[in-house]
Amino acid sequence: MVYTTDKSFFWKGFRDGAPFVLVAIPFGTLFGVFATEAGLSVVQTLAFSATVFAGAAQFTALQLLQDNTPTAIVLASALAVNLRVAMYSASLTPFLGAAPMWQRACAAYLTVDQSYACSIMQFEKEPEMSVPQRMAYFFGSVTPITPLWILATYLGAVLGARIPESWALDFALPITFLAMIGPMMRTLAHVIAALVAIVVALLTVSVPFNLGLLIAGAAGMVAGAQAERMLERKSP
Amino acid sequence: MTQIDPTTMWIVIIGLAIGSFALRFVFIGFVGDRAMPPWLLRHLRYTAVAIIPALIAPLVVWPTATEGQPDMPRMAAAAVALSVGVLTKNVIAAILTGAATLYGLLYLLA
Repeated sequence: MVYTTDKSFFWKGFRDGAPFVLVAIPFGTLFGVFATEAGLSVVQTLAFSATVFAGAAQFTALQLLQDNTPTAIVLASALAVNLRVAMYSASLTPFLGAAPMWQRACAAYLTVDQSYACSIMQFEKEPEMSVPQRMAYFFGSVTPITPLWILATYLGAVLGARIPESWALDFALPITFLAMIGPMMRTLAHVIAALVAIVVALLTVSVPFNLGLLIAGAAGMVAGAQAERMLERKSP
Repeated sequence: MTQIDPTTMWIVIIGLAIGSFALRFVFIGFVGDRAMPPWLLRHLRYTAVAIIPALIAPLVVWPTATEGQPDMPRMAAAAVALSVGVLTKNVIAAILTGAATLYGLLYLLA
């Protein structure tokens, strides 16, 4: 099939992004439930999902707030979790950087795991795409998820209040995050980064204000970057 | 669970909304077509795989619900969710098998 118009690229993006709805709905619902359990109002929960639009950072912030962590540390840690979207932004810049500013601003807000993963694959596969076609594809890929993410959060927030404590939802967050880590282990360097981060996190657990998280995260990043360089040198 | 003060909550929501947008906008908005130093990209690549395990590891070893006592069903559920995620690359399958392990063991050991 040949895609010539911007509109057909939008729909191609839409179709490629649609399967991610299966991740966004349960994850959004889980966030709604978790936020309600933590004592957030429905309005707060919805504002959180709609403006921040980054599940992992939202979960991190809530978890730390419940541990009575100082606000500045909560913000720093949640933004550190979200640093990967800066990586996505950096990676998309050569493809979308020439678009008008208002489009780039909208694209920035909509830069999430799913839109990034779909778009970067498509842009590398078809390098002859024009900038408007790439933008159309990018917006198409994120269109199925955005409204459903917010709707799922709302449903979770409304249902969450009715879930009894015996359901052991305290562990929904660790399971969800662990499940997300698995597919990220693409190379040996990724595994080393994760292992170093885990060991340092367990060793620094008594450091006040949950600063151990940032120390461990930084240690993992350095370990991953160093491992990558060493592996590159070894391979022919 | 500790109740979160509404003012603090709003500060965190607004701060994260601005901060998250800034992170997403910084390169596509400001850098444009200029190249970035490879060492920075190399470190950014490992942010998610370092920060997320660092956040989760203490919660798995010393769970809040058991007041920090290591707990067999939770450890087993964590191991299953991670292994299934690594082996199948399927997030939903990993969540479901992890949850099934947790509930199965909690039920059997109750």
